[in-house]
Amino acid sequence: MSAHTSDLDTAVSILLTPSGLDVAALDKGLGYALGAGIDYADLYFQRTWQEGWVLEDGRVKEASYNIDGGVGVRSLAGEKTGFAYSNQISANALMDTGRTAAGIVRSGKTLSGQAVEMVGAERFYAGIDPLAGLTAEEKVAMLQEADRVARAADPGVSQVSASLSGTYEVVLVRASDGSLAADIRPLVRFNVSVIASRNGRRERGGAGGGGRYSMAELKAQGAPARYAREAVRQALVNLDAVDAPAGQLPVVLGAGWPGILLHEAVGHGLEADFNRKGSSAFAGRMGQRVAAPGVTVVDDATIRDGRGSLSVDDEGTPGQYTPLIEDGILTGYMQDKLNARLMNMAPTGNARRESFAHMPMPRMTNTVMLAGQDAPEDIIKSVKRGIYAVSFGGGQVDITSGKFVFSASEAYLIEDGRITAPVKGATLIGNGPEAMGRVSMIGHDLAMDTGVGVCGKEGQGVPVGVGQPTLKLDELTVGGTQS
Amino acid sequence: MAQAFDATAQEKELAARAQEALALARKLGASEAEVGASVDQGLGVSVRLGEVETVELSRDQGIAVTLYVGKRKGSASSSDASSASIKAVVEKALAIARYTGEDPAAGLAEASKMATDLPDLKVHHPWALDTERAIELALACEQAGREVTGIHQSEGASLSSGEGVRVYANSHGFLGTQKGSSHSLSCMLIAQDEGGMQRDYDYTSARNPHALRDPASVGREAARRTLRRLGAKRPPTGTFPVLFDPSLASGLVGHLMGALAGGALYREASFLCDSLGQPLFPEWFSLGERPMEVGAQASSPFDGEGVQTRDNRFIEDGRIASYMLSSYSARRLGMSTTGNAGGARNIRLEAPLETLEALLKRMGRGVLVTELMGQGVNGVTGDYSRGAAGFWVENGEIQYPVEEFTIAGNLKTMFAGLQGLGGDIDTRGSIHTGSWLIDAMTVAGSRV
Repeated sequence: MSAHTSDLDTAVSILLTPSGLDVAALDKGLGYALGAGIDYADLYFQRTWQEGWVLEDGRVKEASYNIDGGVGVRSLAGEKTGFAYSNQISANALMDTGRTAAGIVRSGKTLSGQAVEMVGAERFYAGIDPLAGLTAEEKVAMLQEADRVARAADPGVSQVSASLSGTYEVVLVRASDGSLAADIRPLVRFNVSVIASRNGRRERGGAGGGGRYSMAELKAQGAPARYAREAVRQALVNLDAVDAPAGQLPVVLGAGWPGILLHEAVGHGLEADFNRKGSSAFAGRMGQRVAAPGVTVVDDATIRDGRGSLSVDDEGTPGQYTPLIEDGILTGYMQDKLNARLMNMAPTGNARRESFAHMPMPRMTNTVMLAGQDAPEDIIKSVKRGIYAVSFGGGQVDITSGKFVFSASEAYLIEDGRITAPVKGATLIGNGPEAMGRVSMIGHDLAMDTGVGVCGKEGQGVPVGVGQPTLKLDELTVGGTQS
Repeated sequence: MAQAFDATAQEKELAARAQEALALARKLGASEAEVGASVDQGLGVSVRLGEVETVELSRDQGIAVTLYVGKRKGSASSSDASSASIKAVVEKALAIARYTGEDPAAGLAEASKMATDLPDLKVHHPWALDTERAIELALACEQAGREVTGIHQSEGASLSSGEGVRVYANSHGFLGTQKGSSHSLSCMLIAQDEGGMQRDYDYTSARNPHALRDPASVGREAARRTLRRLGAKRPPTGTFPVLFDPSLASGLVGHLMGALAGGALYREASFLCDSLGQPLFPEWFSLGERPMEVGAQASSPFDGEGVQTRDNRFIEDGRIASYMLSSYSARRLGMSTTGNAGGARNIRLEAPLETLEALLKRMGRGVLVTELMGQGVNGVTGDYSRGAAGFWVENGEIQYPVEEFTIAGNLKTMFAGLQGLGGDIDTRGSIHTGSWLIDAMTVAGSRV
């Protein structure tokens, strides 16, 4: 229990003490947000420190630092939500924002003598300040190392940019259901992008990674050299790329980051809000087959130090391992408290918000397809003519029609069971439930991505992770130029 | 529940904070400094199935300081603009500037380029809107859409209204302020047939609330757009002309401007490097910006570093006439700033326009694209491959809706292959354009 007690102490000392508030004072604050007809209210205190370093042309060109923080107050009545926030944390701000949020149904009554329960015993990352522990000189040296390694890797490399960023986030949630939770969330990331040219052709390559740990850990992992080499390798591959085919083809997805397929094709469609409202292509299909046998997909907030991991979510529910699809059958949705209450289900720790100034909603954490039995080389061998895609730029989904896309940034042709020429980046498009039904081989090589994902929903961005083994889809539409 | 917002008082307050930060930066040893500060306040409501879903009051503020110590640069920002916070921000920016590298191109824009002509461009039209009225308007919008036969489900309607003040000041003594407002109403609906569900939306948005469309027309248009998607098939795979509807054509202009941006050019990350004066479009096509247009979406007399904005022509008679530069990217390229720190403002096209019917006739057999998905545009090479939905066209007439296909090509060939522009101009954003007919792209749809 000591771990989370110390997180609570840290959060209280950072978020409340400077304003003369303490945990007991929050009862009064919560009282303003409650009233007749209001089912639930919560206070969300947050403070973030962000640091970013950017290298270009061999020198550190930009260095920036941002401090943000405040309190968001929410009142729920049935399906209604009232929301207000302030970037001042004070007794007055709690009164003003609380009354505003409660204004959706009006009135006011106080909360008294409620038993407060501390939420969440298990931590999935250390409650540390990830920006501390390295000197500014050491941070600069990491960027310079990436520049040096990238330029040495190939004479065709003409531009190198590298960035190091980190966020130290401290959160405290107090809700009218009696829960009190605190979380200290470190998040770091290192990125390298290069331009390489040869014979008048120019291409970009990029790589990066990170997670919920310290900048010092990134350094200890050798992130600068690793991602510099990887970025150059990808740019060189793309310099040789031929036009991609157009039409319906078998597609083999590599392990790790290509799990963005799951994020788009099934993940968003299994967020509870869309299913409660009946707007998801998966709505009303609980217990039914929505994917081929062997396909098991989970949302896992408990992965150690993972970019999308959460010890407690933004409503104070502990982070969990939530099965979504088991052996092809739909078994779970990702829930926040509002949708869980309205659907008569249990919250799953998936309530997330970009900041105190945004309303929480059901979101993914780390979305993963579990490993199967096939050897990756057998999966390639089974394809007569198709595409092997190993890296992607991003994706999007229309949760209602189920149509999703994702754009390859590194892909190859498969001809007669062998990986041959690299092909230019192409968009792949499919229908979520249909594509999941066409998964015919699942590798035993489950891998997580390196920690670069950002998911956007209703204008709010949150860090997420994805993972999967090598995977074969019997047919997907490939958006090349060779028809 | 409307909150008081005195824009003039806020403007004064922010200007004083900015001056305070500049003075402190100079005092603590910065050779040059610039400050951006803003405060925005808004009301957002959403309704769904005739009931209120959310009511949100927002108030955001921030102050950002960038300073230079010789040719070294440091930046820091905070959402708290109190004196104590300003001091912390300036000190932090100075502290990190010590660790950045000397950059000969670093620094403020030239003092001689600072804007002196600072007219009121009439972009501030606050709306005295209370929550009840906002809810009424959103309900009316959704109701009109749900009354249309065939609509069976709703994602709701949302209304948002906000105003704010922005201040930019630098150590040349430049101080620019701008008050602005933005109001919008949108509706998203769902319809279903045996082929599954489809959704689509419509919105109206304007700086002046009087310029918003009638809520019922937004709801009905959302319904029309949703219903016309039912029964979608895949188009054939092959090479066909593609007609981009106005909201998507403005995306093509966006890719063009991205490739003309100084930041992409000096990083060699543009497919238009070293192309000044080269032909890119047909001769009948010109494109420019009008930053001083009164009341328009992106009007401003000064750019993101205080430089006087001007009417730039980026494409003249089909050729690349100008890049889009800030003072930094200009120095990197050995050129002069075009007053485009922060991007282009109010893009307008100069070209002969045709009706949508005429463009469809000219296309004959091909695809009219009304939605694009994903990010498949490579700015370095111009390679373009995106997911799409729209309508299949034969003999110049729309036949049936199509979905789950991709369109692919290269932006350079697409621009050169521009066949015609529609008069159906979308004026909701900063880029005003009608439909674009492109001669040939690869469509990947049904099995060949």
